[in-house]
Amino acid sequence: MTTVEERPHTGFGRTLRKEDVRLVRGKGNYVDDVRLPGMLHGALLRSPYAHAKINSIDTSAAEAHPKVLAVITGETLKGLGLAWMPTLSYDVQAVLATDKVRYQGQEVAFVIAEDHYSARDAVELIEVDYEPLPVVADAKKAMAADAPVIRDDKEGQTDNHIFDWESGDQAETDAVFANAEVVVAEDILYPRVHPAPLETCGSVADMDPVTGKLTLYTTSQAPHAHRTVYALVAGLPEHKIRVISPDIGGGFGNKVGIYPGYVMSIVGSIVTGKPVKWVEDRAEHLMSTAFARDYHMRGEIAATKDGKILGLRVKVLADHGAFNATAQPTKFPAGFFHVFTGSYDLQAAHCTVTGVYTNKAPGGVAYACSFRITEAVYLVERMVDVLAYELKADPAELRMKNLIQPEQFPYTTKTGWEYDSGDYPKALQLAMDMAGYDELRKEQAEKRERGELMGIGVAFFTEAVGAGPRKHMDILGLGMADGAELRIHPTGKAVLRISVKTQGQGHETTFAQIVGNELGLPTADIEVVHGDTDQTPFGLGTYGSRSTPVSGAATALVARKIRDKAKIVASAMLEVSPDDLEWEGNRWQVKGDPEQGKTIQEIALAAHSSLELPEGVEGHLDATTVYNPPNLTYPFGAYICVVDVDKGTGGVKVRRFIAVDDCGVRINPMIVEGQVHGGLADGVGMALMQVIAFDEEGNHLGASFMDYLLPTSLECPSWELGETTTPSPHHPIGAKGVGESATVGSPCAVVNAVLDAIKPYGVRHADMPLTPAAVWGALNGRPIRTDLAIP
Amino acid sequence: MEVTININGTPETHDVEPRLLLVHFIREKAGLRGTHWGCDTSNCGTCVVWLDGKPVKSCTVFAAMADGRSVRTVEGLEQGGKLDPVQEGFMECHGLQCGFCTPGMLMTSRALLDANPDPTETEIREAISGQLCRCTGYENIVRSVRWAAEKEASTEEVTA
Ligand code: FES
Ligand code: FES
Repeated sequence: MTTVEERPHTGFGRTLRKEDVRLVRGKGNYVDDVRLPGMLHGALLRSPYAHAKINSIDTSAAEAHPKVLAVITGETLKGLGLAWMPTLSYDVQAVLATDKVRYQGQEVAFVIAEDHYSARDAVELIEVDYEPLPVVADAKKAMAADAPVIRDDKEGQTDNHIFDWESGDQAETDAVFANAEVVVAEDILYPRVHPAPLETCGSVADMDPVTGKLTLYTTSQAPHAHRTVYALVAGLPEHKIRVISPDIGGGFGNKVGIYPGYVMSIVGSIVTGKPVKWVEDRAEHLMSTAFARDYHMRGEIAATKDGKILGLRVKVLADHGAFNATAQPTKFPAGFFHVFTGSYDLQAAHCTVTGVYTNKAPGGVAYACSFRITEAVYLVERMVDVLAYELKADPAELRMKNLIQPEQFPYTTKTGWEYDSGDYPKALQLAMDMAGYDELRKEQAEKRERGELMGIGVAFFTEAVGAGPRKHMDILGLGMADGAELRIHPTGKAVLRISVKTQGQGHETTFAQIVGNELGLPTADIEVVHGDTDQTPFGLGTYGSRSTPVSGAATALVARKIRDKAKIVASAMLEVSPDDLEWEGNRWQVKGDPEQGKTIQEIALAAHSSLELPEGVEGHLDATTVYNPPNLTYPFGAYICVVDVDKGTGGVKVRRFIAVDDCGVRINPMIVEGQVHGGLADGVGMALMQVIAFDEEGNHLGASFMDYLLPTSLECPSWELGETTTPSPHHPIGAKGVGESATVGSPCAVVNAVLDAIKPYGVRHADMPLTPAAVWGALNGRPIRTDLAIP
Repeated sequence: MEVTININGTPETHDVEPRLLLVHFIREKAGLRGTHWGCDTSNCGTCVVWLDGKPVKSCTVFAAMADGRSVRTVEGLEQGGKLDPVQEGFMECHGLQCGFCTPGMLMTSRALLDANPDPTETEIREAISGQLCRCTGYENIVRSVRWAAEKEASTEEVTA
């Protein structure tokens, strides 16, 4: 296995970000910054009920508002065949409700006015006669015989069931459990949370009535996929749609799907013949856009008495909300949850997942989760700690004993994943060394003597990112491969066009670094174009940490194509056979005679000149490629969290957080660390503060930043990062992707730490978020169950 | 009603509704889109600007309340083609990712350093604690502000 010292690719490194030049000056261009001549403003009326029949809608007062140009309802859309749109999971979702509303905050009507304030005023003037219906707010009650059927719009749908899915060998797993010395079970909820990027969602649609061309500026992590879906929904010809995703103020998976507001801005522009902007407010964002998690899991773990883990068995009830709108590869209705065997070498594993409808907002796969791997990692890492609790074992030792060993790679799991590379014990050992693990345990013992509560939480994770191989993975039939185009101008400057889209990850910098590394060009000479479907090749976009593994690979390969072509041009320039040339840094030179050579810049100029090229070789220096990944990549890491718990208030202070990440070769270490920092803050937030809860009537209890608490600078410690480097053997530059690693790995480290702190109180498991009230309750004998709503 | 606000040294006079928020005056009327909006409840701080030299959340102030007063926004940080040290610090230390919180963070950081040229990590964390960043986990924002403080200290030494 290649280690960091002998890594084959140099030329990467810490460089400042190209994006920052505009962003620190306040010169970014986010969707809400877009201004077009004659632009109008749209606003949505949303349902106050979680489940209600719509008897009638009276828009007359809104239409009479002097600044209103149009009011559109579901009835209007019905006439156009646009009342429903496909979701990314082969379901349909109402653009504007016609028959009934199915969750609180659902879109009911759209007002177009001259300005934003007037549009909002007019929304208040619309009168809707609702007839409230019984609500299913609890996934566990969704399949009850008397549960109201939420999706009565779907033919043949007589209950709230969406899908059943399973993975692993049930008989084999049951046999392992039947013979195991120790079996421990636990109910584990990963509560509903929301990614809450700082910028809400929005769009500006501009339909040119003369040319019939639609330009849509929108908050999209996947502009090409969006274009194709619009073509399918609206029947617009795809070449007449241009989706531009300008600067995006954070995405985290929340901006993968298509929301009714985007569609309504398009409809609005068609109806009025003017550009229409729609930007939602924060309450709308938190209530109606893609949530994450909401997985009710029952885990069972089988082991020997001395702590060898043998098997895992999991049953999941997945709450998908009112429309199944999760964004995930088609063949995986539960995402990649079946990677739940985690980082351990097991004899057997089996899981079943049942998806149900509830009267809650749709979504499900969002928030830096790599298609449900967050839930999977949380489950296994909690179960290992539950086992450690029962065996009175040290959680770090127990993990060390069961980790997959370096010589076992490539490693095929019991649920069919082929982990590409890793050295797990090394990463865990490094984290323990950095933390001073033994010292911490000593400190903890002393504190316990004194009655003080300190906890040390350990978590190990394996990610599966870079979806994915076309033969297994598609979304709505679109294979998950990505294109790249690279053009070297006559003067040796380059333009790279990619299908993925940064939301803060710094693609304009790192992708230039990949090209620079392959061709020896300064990154300042490389322009990266992205986020515009008219200017970039097709690809499925940025989520699931797939930019580096898929598009990054495409970029390296397209640069290599250029290098190969440059070789032929150089051979014509030097009048030698291509076989006599070797690549050195940024030039092709004659083997054994390095004086004789041509730089990539010289070659670029010659390629555009009248130089005679060999038969069949076209001039110019450009290339395109489409990368179909042979496998996913598998980043991993070991995290240790240290907390202090206040007995009087139940307050948790995260004192230290040590994160060792291995994401293969790092293109820009500065950016990688930034990605990890952000994910760690997410973990602290989810573990301690964030939850989207509902009451029994389906009222959303977290529709503002006063109710949905996000971590600030004061809740976050100063992160302590470490790294190991195990390159991916199948990725052209050995990189694995890192965008979501920390969000996946960190929540459990925090939860494990808090539970470790309060272990003397006999608490084995507690559901997130571990708020002061919840922890205080636990210290005072109340079980911690987040469950449906506020406990 | 007519409101005049001096923004980054330029008077902006516009006829506005009394309910117009300062953040919208800056963005829509003055056309300065570096100041962002991110929440309904004055929690996120991406809208922070200076009002008469003090940082405020501009979504919490009516434009009318700023009549006759002066506002400084992120666009006013760069002076004579030279970036403010806090801007440089954020670039050097990767204090921003998506950049959406950045204008507010920069304005608060500048105000902090003016009041306290040598802040500790805790003081920096306290100063920005009324603002949210969803990308950076705050660590590099803290480092960026420290970078700027050190840079200013060293330039002062040179000029002194
Ligand atoms: S916009 Fe969120 S605090 Fe002002
Ligand atoms: S950089 Fe994205 S919110 Fe701070």
